[in-house]
Amino acid sequence: MIPTPNLSHLKQSDYDLIYEPAEDTFLLLDALEVDADNLKNSKPRVCLEVGSGSGCVTSFIANILGPSVLYLCTDINPHACQCTLRTGVQNHVDIHVVNGSLDEPFQQRLSRKIDVIIFNPPYVPTSEEEAMIAQSSRNIGGAWAGGSDGMLVTNVLLQRIEALLSPNGRFYLVALKQNDIPKILQTMEQRFQLCGEIVLQRRAGREHLFIIRFLRGNKTLNQ
Amino acid sequence: MVRLITHNLLACHAKDCNTNNFPLEFKDVQLEIREADFNPDFLKGFMPKIEWKALVDTARQLGDTSLPLEQPEMLDDEFLKNLHHVLLEIHVEEGSMTCPNCKHVYPISNGIPNMLLAEHEIG
Repeated sequence: MIPTPNLSHLKQSDYDLIYEPAEDTFLLLDALEVDADNLKNSKPRVCLEVGSGSGCVTSFIANILGPSVLYLCTDINPHACQCTLRTGVQNHVDIHVVNGSLDEPFQQRLSRKIDVIIFNPPYVPTSEEEAMIAQSSRNIGGAWAGGSDGMLVTNVLLQRIEALLSPNGRFYLVALKQNDIPKILQTMEQRFQLCGEIVLQRRAGREHLFIIRFLRGNKTLNQ
Repeated sequence: MVRLITHNLLACHAKDCNTNNFPLEFKDVQLEIREADFNPDFLKGFMPKIEWKALVDTARQLGDTSLPLEQPEMLDDEFLKNLHHVLLEIHVEEGSMTCPNCKHVYPISNGIPNMLLAEHEIG
């Protein structure tokens, strides 16, 4: 059992501004735990969480992978960046946080150098307008509003994953049934030769949540 | 906490800015030195990903001249301790980073670099 990170330093006033870890977060933690041996065996050196929010997920994976990995986080919400840092301190994890959009700050320098990418995106289907306003206002709505199929933001990052991942890299994505999982898997395989596999799925209230793990084409090489 | 390890990974990503856009130049910085756990395994594993010249030049600008101009082949303890200090213990708390090419300014506040671009600046 890998303990859930200590978040006792975060208060309701923080959760008014950032996403509070919920079922989707916990399913992602469970999936990382299920995959812990594969993760460790892949000997990662650089881990990037896109949209780190509270910092719960990176603190958790740092518990699995230990201190010899560089933990990078981005978030468009400046308050989330502060919370991610504080959660790192609280859990004795050294996290490097940048207030930025998706992978943009690191895109050039870390091309094909990132070993683990984690993204729990704003996946909830909303109007396109709501999703766009939420992203540009950089507040808590940006943590969930995802446009008509909930893929407005996710699709942007999916286009870039292949260029970021190291040869042995892996990418974990949280998705909702309404996001059309078969289509995501098909697109990633056909366009980028990234093979997706569902690590875990769970129904939580109205949401049917999935954690998908992507690896480069040749699975026998990658496992 | 912008440390030099993070700085070494950040490039300007403003629209049409894709040459001479790294490393960003620190300006008006407030530094703090905070001890971090020394981990040779981490340093050795990360070294191939460092842009060495950018790291050495930036460290010198901030007043640290402990690193050699060329990345050494022999990684002795003294070198690794200097590298550890430069990468992980020098914190830029306030200030800014300017792109050498397009001169876009990325502010640093409370130790967090703001790499966000306005809608019209995105490539």
